[in-house]
Amino acid sequence: MSHLGEWEVVIGLEIHTQLSTQSKIFSGASTKFGAEPNTQACAIDLGMPGVLPVVNKEVYRKAVTFGLGIGAEINKRSVFDRKNYFYPDLPKGYQITQLESPIVMGGHVEIVLDDGTSKVINVTRAHLEEDAGKSLHENYHNQTGIDLNRAGTPLLEIVSEPEMRSAEEAVAYARYIHQLVTYLGVSDGNMSQGSLRCDANVSIRKHGQQELGTRTETKNVNSFRFLEAAINFEVERQIGILESGGRVIQETRLYDAVKNETRSMRSKETATDYRYFPEPDLLPIVIDDAYIDAVRAEMPELPAQRAVRFVEQYQLSEVDAALLSSNLDLANYFEEVTAICGDPKPASNWIRVELLGLLNRDDIEISESPLPSAQLGKLIQRILDDTISGKIGKQVFEALWQGVARDVDDYIAHEGLKQVSDSGELEAIVDKVIADNPAQVEQFRAGKTKLMGFFVGQIMKETQGKANPKQVNALVSSRLND
Amino acid sequence: MTDWHSKTIKEMSIDLAKGEYSSEELTRHFLKRIEQHEPNLNSFISTFPEQAISLAQQSDEKRREGNSEPLLGIPIAHKDIFCTKGQRTTAGSNMLDNFISPYDATVVENLKTAGTINMGKANMDEFAMGSSNEHSAYGNTRNPWDLARVPGGSSGGSAAAVAAGLCAAATGTDTGGSIRQPAAFCGVTGLKPTYGRISRYGIIAFASSLDQAGPITRTAEDAAIMLEAMAGYDPKDSTSINQPVPSYSAKINDSIEGLKVGICKEYFTDGLDRNIEAAIQDAVTELEKLGAVISEVSLPNTKHAVPAYYVIAPAECSANLSRYDGVRFGHRCEDPADISDLIKRSRSEGFGEEVKSRIMVGTFALSAGYYDAYYRKAQQIRRLIKNDFLDAFKEVDLILGPTTPSPAFKIGEKSNDPVSMYLEDIYTISVNLAGLPAISLPAGMAQGLPVGMQLIGSHHSEAQLLNAAHQFQQQTDWHLKSPGLANAGTTEGKPL
Repeated sequence: MSHLGEWEVVIGLEIHTQLSTQSKIFSGASTKFGAEPNTQACAIDLGMPGVLPVVNKEVYRKAVTFGLGIGAEINKRSVFDRKNYFYPDLPKGYQITQLESPIVMGGHVEIVLDDGTSKVINVTRAHLEEDAGKSLHENYHNQTGIDLNRAGTPLLEIVSEPEMRSAEEAVAYARYIHQLVTYLGVSDGNMSQGSLRCDANVSIRKHGQQELGTRTETKNVNSFRFLEAAINFEVERQIGILESGGRVIQETRLYDAVKNETRSMRSKETATDYRYFPEPDLLPIVIDDAYIDAVRAEMPELPAQRAVRFVEQYQLSEVDAALLSSNLDLANYFEEVTAICGDPKPASNWIRVELLGLLNRDDIEISESPLPSAQLGKLIQRILDDTISGKIGKQVFEALWQGVARDVDDYIAHEGLKQVSDSGELEAIVDKVIADNPAQVEQFRAGKTKLMGFFVGQIMKETQGKANPKQVNALVSSRLND
Repeated sequence: MTDWHSKTIKEMSIDLAKGEYSSEELTRHFLKRIEQHEPNLNSFISTFPEQAISLAQQSDEKRREGNSEPLLGIPIAHKDIFCTKGQRTTAGSNMLDNFISPYDATVVENLKTAGTINMGKANMDEFAMGSSNEHSAYGNTRNPWDLARVPGGSSGGSAAAVAAGLCAAATGTDTGGSIRQPAAFCGVTGLKPTYGRISRYGIIAFASSLDQAGPITRTAEDAAIMLEAMAGYDPKDSTSINQPVPSYSAKINDSIEGLKVGICKEYFTDGLDRNIEAAIQDAVTELEKLGAVISEVSLPNTKHAVPAYYVIAPAECSANLSRYDGVRFGHRCEDPADISDLIKRSRSEGFGEEVKSRIMVGTFALSAGYYDAYYRKAQQIRRLIKNDFLDAFKEVDLILGPTTPSPAFKIGEKSNDPVSMYLEDIYTISVNLAGLPAISLPAGMAQGLPVGMQLIGSHHSEAQLLNAAHQFQQQTDWHLKSPGLANAGTTEGKPL
């Protein structure tokens, strides 16, 4: 961030997270991503005359799980409301959501910033609602296609207090929520499929000023990188306006990732009046303490708890444990690799140093790693049991990453990478190398012991690296010192 | 010409069991009556003669196989607000003129399972908004007792068809009196059950918190038979009541000796027709003869019911009717310029005036700055009205009064006076606001027109209501009177 000067940035986030249920929030249609348009929309999703919504019980179990995960109060009687507006991909002409009595109230999360400091961000509320469909503008000859597969997909909208003071804090908060919802099994967190979308409310004010400045809401930002860029752009834009004597208009804006800018969608002054009122087709969701206790008893391990366990169970350093538990898929991957190879130390090293390096380089999620945990586990196992050397291990790793190798053992056998530990075979090679290099042998025997490395290198070359280095050392030194 | 059409379901069921006639013969008889009288009455939007005969043949087959369900082979009609699979379902609106429902409403499914034969879809006020059937996009239904008069509404087609003997019974829906008022105007029995007793799934929504389906029949006993088939918990309707359906017929013959009946004093005011008042007083005397104990009760918030209703019902309808946007089904305007034009024009063209005015009233009542003054206030009144009833039911078992302030009015008489039209529902509306069951049954005549008496019960008291109504009908013969219908072409009434 450049010249903030006297300006203080105020950010609040509304995060829409898609709940990972099999069926939709009010119908039995599937929520699976990527199907042919309108193949996963039933009469209820289409808003056919006479149909009625029925709440999928799984959605409020997930909402309660999330609420407990942020230490929130669970509303024992939460109410659905209708939010009325016309839009072609909103089949009923209203969205069923929760306005006055959301299921989750309050709660907080603690974010850790790059400089190691931490900060508590309070959550205002989280409420259940249904997603709309999609309008498709391409390939329809100036007409619009409507895909209602997404209509009725369950969402939990998590609203923060305006307590973030920089794009960095906002991203740290969004990442934390992402980590939490995936850990809790509330959402698959798949951002490229829209499972987590952020609306950023941004305003600026002079330091020390009590009242908030006029805010803008940048909608539907679906990556952390874009979130940071969108907020930074918006802050710069607002500073520019105020410093040149203008005034910020309260409006909804859209982030354009290609141009890296936000632009106006509609101003609040002409905004729709949503005419909320309680949804008469649904009864309030009523839950009791026993229900909440039952959900609590089934709560999965949270990231912080898992990091502590990693230190205790696997003797990892706190830094490594924090890194490996930071993401549910990564933590699971680590434990799978460890279970197969039997040793957490090399498992941690290979994942942190080799695997994460490549994943970060190519911007791939661990869940989509070309190297399955089973293969990395086996690879480490083969190094530990001396089937291959560490050096060959890296070669196998590379082959697995590139898809050249599918199975560690098959590849080792097929490529003949098995470490040569047969002393008869190795002795013959050692003798050959000694016989081929009489000059060096003489120099060595004359006291130039540094040449030891030369002999070992020659032998490794002969065996294409497959010789067991310890054995080679022992053999060479016994021959030369005869 | 046989008189099968003036029999009750109960009687037809016995005749069918005895083999007096087959369901096919009965169905053909009703089809013939439809052919004769429908041009005068206009009580149907669609009829399905061939399908009806085929269903009748199937039910005769089932009867030969030993099936003896009370509704097996009985020809009925569905108000055109119930979705029927593969058939046009219009809700009386141009908006849905081309709408073929892809599914059956739960009520339709239940009655199909019970063995009824669907003769057709009954005419109604558009989206059930009206008290005269004058707001149907398919022309108004005429009252079989006087073709110059309205049959009531919104289930006017259903009531007229039953009264005229075009079917044995019909389904209706009642949001503010839409079963009971047309039943009263047409001299038949109409039951609105407790809110949630019958599933709303597949009923085209008007006002979700008030809508309730029910039967329109010739007698209370038939209403009990129909209700048993229609009612039941439906997991597809979150507001349906998860309680078993009792046998409504089982206790229908019990004595009503000692039954405490309250006369609501607020129902007998200036607006009430004197002949109706007199008929109701006579009915009270009949009930006393049966051993009922009569007392006066007060429902002090009665006068607020109509205004509260005309905020809540339009508010809910303004959202319920938003789905008719020309995008996925229903009427779509020609050559829309853009999406906004498509929605605006499709709705402007598809909806009738009454529907549009209610959508606008409801939209206004929910608007920012008006919500508290209208919608929230109306909900508070609703609670007061419900509490009035709960208090009254501490003293009495049933509350008695007229169903309507006047008998059937002339077509066009109230068309330009919506407030006077809305006041038609003054005795029925508070029952919907409180979610209570109530029945209207014939209790006299006023100037040659039927008079309806309304009995209101506490929540889930349908069995008691039907028992009292049946006992009344054992004592009286108002329900046996039928209109002297002439064949089409022999009266001045022209088909619409």
